[in-house]
Amino acid sequence: MAAPKRGRSASAQSKPWRSLALILIAIVALTGGMFASGHSTPRLGIDLAGGTSITLRAVAQPGEESSINKTNMDTAVDIMNRRVNGLGVSEAEVQTQGSKNIIVNIPKGTNSDEARQQVGTTAKLYFRPVLATEASTGAATTSPSPSASGSASSSPSSSPSSKASASSSKTGSATPTATATSQGRAASDALKADASSSASPSASASATPSASSSAAASAAAAKLEAQYTALDCTKKASQNVGKNAKAEDATVACGQVSGVWYKYVLGPAAVDGTDVKKAAAVLNTTTAAGWQVTMDFTGKGGSKFATITGELAKNTAPQNEFGIVLDGQVVSSPSVSSSITGGSAEISGSFTQEEAQSLANMLSYGALPLTFKTDSVTTVTAALGGEQLHAGLIAGAIGLALVVIYLLIFYRGLSVIAIPSLLVSAILTYVIMALLGPGIGFALNLPAVCGAIVAIGITADSFIVFFERIRDEIREGRSLRPSVERAWPRARRTILVSDFVSFLAAAVLFIVTVGKVQGFAFTLGLTTVLDVVVVFLFTKPLMTILARRKFFSDGHKWSGIDPKALGAKPPLRRTRRPAGSAAGPVDPKEA
Amino acid sequence: MSKLGNLGARLHRGEVGYDFVGNRKIWYGISILITITAILGLTVRGLNMGIEFQGGAAFTTPKGMSASVSQAEKYAEDASGHDAVVQKLGDGSLRIQIAGIDTDKSDSIKKQLSKDLNVDSESIAADLVGPSWGDQVANKAWEGLAIFMVLVVIYLAIAFEWRMALAALVALIHDITITIGIYALVGFEVTPGTVIGLLTILGYSLYDTVVVFDSLKEQTKDITKQTRWTYSDIANRSINGTLVRSINTTVVALLPVAALLFIGGGFLGAGVLNDISLSLFVGLAAGAYSSIFIATPLVADLKEAEPQIKALKKRVLAKRAQAAAQGEPAESPAANVSDDDYDDEPEDAAAVVGPRTQPASRNRGRGRPSGKRR
Repeated sequence: MAAPKRGRSASAQSKPWRSLALILIAIVALTGGMFASGHSTPRLGIDLAGGTSITLRAVAQPGEESSINKTNMDTAVDIMNRRVNGLGVSEAEVQTQGSKNIIVNIPKGTNSDEARQQVGTTAKLYFRPVLATEASTGAATTSPSPSASGSASSSPSSSPSSKASASSSKTGSATPTATATSQGRAASDALKADASSSASPSASASATPSASSSAAASAAAAKLEAQYTALDCTKKASQNVGKNAKAEDATVACGQVSGVWYKYVLGPAAVDGTDVKKAAAVLNTTTAAGWQVTMDFTGKGGSKFATITGELAKNTAPQNEFGIVLDGQVVSSPSVSSSITGGSAEISGSFTQEEAQSLANMLSYGALPLTFKTDSVTTVTAALGGEQLHAGLIAGAIGLALVVIYLLIFYRGLSVIAIPSLLVSAILTYVIMALLGPGIGFALNLPAVCGAIVAIGITADSFIVFFERIRDEIREGRSLRPSVERAWPRARRTILVSDFVSFLAAAVLFIVTVGKVQGFAFTLGLTTVLDVVVVFLFTKPLMTILARRKFFSDGHKWSGIDPKALGAKPPLRRTRRPAGSAAGPVDPKEA
Repeated sequence: MSKLGNLGARLHRGEVGYDFVGNRKIWYGISILITITAILGLTVRGLNMGIEFQGGAAFTTPKGMSASVSQAEKYAEDASGHDAVVQKLGDGSLRIQIAGIDTDKSDSIKKQLSKDLNVDSESIAADLVGPSWGDQVANKAWEGLAIFMVLVVIYLAIAFEWRMALAALVALIHDITITIGIYALVGFEVTPGTVIGLLTILGYSLYDTVVVFDSLKEQTKDITKQTRWTYSDIANRSINGTLVRSINTTVVALLPVAALLFIGGGFLGAGVLNDISLSLFVGLAAGAYSSIFIATPLVADLKEAEPQIKALKKRVLAKRAQAAAQGEPAESPAANVSDDDYDDEPEDAAAVVGPRTQPASRNRGRGRPSGKRR
């Protein structure tokens, strides 16, 4: 607010015009700001605008309860943002709520089922050796293989750590390779080899599978081969084929690179996402290799990674690649040229900054020892949302009208003060809500509307306390102006104390609770604060000014402070008398 | 002036007045009775917890459905394999609640329902809740409630005194118990909206109590320096003095809530608006009652256990007895005698309704208005 704050209470006491000017300037400034910012209506929540709201709860893995912390939750929010907005949703918002919830709000007009599928599932990241891969274009039998030239990006690196070069999946100019059937056979061979040699990558070739297990493996391999042949990754339904694969099983999966879908046969997970300590996107300025993603592994992860890369390096493309699989989809499949030891690695390729960061994010996300459970999904149709908004507005208008009528009947002339005060309160509330939309992402939802309606009562109560005090003073036989000045300090204290209690309730609710309760608490707190502002800067000064008017000071019949109607005592001259009169014990029941 | 204004004047002049403190035993009794009923209702009948607390799904169809409730119920049960509760809302839309299904299954149920009911599945609003979400909301709410109570007791103990804080707390618990009890007895559905409403009652109930306490504190500032009134007398006067305000505040608070309830019920049948306003309505009424009939008398009781105040009471009663023995009124008659009949104070010691100004200040003759008199 541009308006200066100085002299607030003093001006409320003695310079009523100044306070009035202050609050009017504030209103004009805020309203101007509102129109200038282009957000002249409050942002509406899902329940009023229509759309889907999903609440997810983080569940830590056993023994890692401390992993539900802000950093991890923020990473998760980033990832989910990517996943949801990857659906082409422009205004989906993902935010944490409380300590362990994430709220995903998706406006209407989006396929909410798909969105739910995206955010509601557990994200799992694995590094799996690639056994076979090809572009999946439905009928394509002679499609370019993505992994034809594994060393496309093996630019020399001066970094001490060994280096995994990104796979050439980005190089579109791959040579045409064998047909699906031959590939399938290759995959099947590879699988068999894999079953015997690297079923447990860390155990490496030292494993000696029993006959039965090898037989089972080949049966599984045959099944996988059939699956791979049939797989068409361009079909939406099959894109998440790898989703439910267990870590220790080989699987088929899809992955999209540069807009082209590829299908993969992947070996058992060699390294877990949780083995990645951290990942980051960095710009390699020394070698001009462009954006790279660096990974740090945990101790265990580092040795696992060394083993698998050592093995992969011996193979030829595409079997020297490992697929980074997030949620059953291959997000990247870099190839490896040598065993990578030392617990850290780099992935390079022709990444843009965005791609690198996205990959780094995904790698970090996989490292989160969190899973997310869908706690609630609310889908509100646009029609229902509009109706709820409508009902809320009508209820608010009726409530306000009823209060105004009550004030008119009971306070008559004083409503000239009460009603504008309510209006000023309403305008300020509206404008601030509108400004808070873009400001802090405040969205007006149904409970918030309720909070605002309930606040009408709280605001009106402040006037009632003040007016009743004034009336008490008038009943004492005082004239209006001294009554106002005497009533104010006492009313002020009562208003402050009770508003403080109300604000305390709102603040505690806002901090502690989750979900709808929060929106409600926010409005309640906001309106309570505004109540204090309005009473101090508007109601009281206006009362002071109007007390000078003849209509009020003479106690006109309709002024609401007619001493006769209030039953004020006639003026008393003797000092002793009022004590006597006032102290007279009265009990009309006995009379 | 309106009747209430006259009531205010008469209350102010002490012409009318109810002896809230003197009759406190009756009100304590009534409150204890209500509370026991509420607790019994809660244990015997239990709360009708909404879908949000059990886990399940609630679907709302577009308005103007042709299907009947029983038809929809059958569809829903066939689709889900669980019991379904179907309500027809005010605008002709159907609200179908199915408890116990998990969020994964609800999609297929929604599709099936949209086929059966012959509406576009996109136009069905759905609320799917895992069983732990409602619990979490409720747990957080209890947590908030506990923290709020502690803070408010500390605050009131500082701003007023611990006895008032304690009395306010008792009144608060009283309100919440009554509200929950009514929910149990009537069988209203408990939803997160209800919890929101319940939490707001906290603020409101205390708000009301605080205003009475504020007046009480002001009036009892110099209580030990006089011998005319006991603490209870003044407490009673505080209640009566703020009675008009309490009535006004409660009416003004209830009006918008009633509008909300009416609109929520009339237009939407069920929903957040309705849930919040219903619990608010019940709680506000209980809150107004408790701040007048419970909180302040309780303060008086607690206060009169204090040695100082006890001694004061003794002195006051002794003085009254003496005045009675002398057969003369304790005080000179009021200025405008024509208004009222006066009883001698001693005859009616328990039911004294005091004048509105502070006893201590009155004798100092302060506050004589300098302005124009009428």
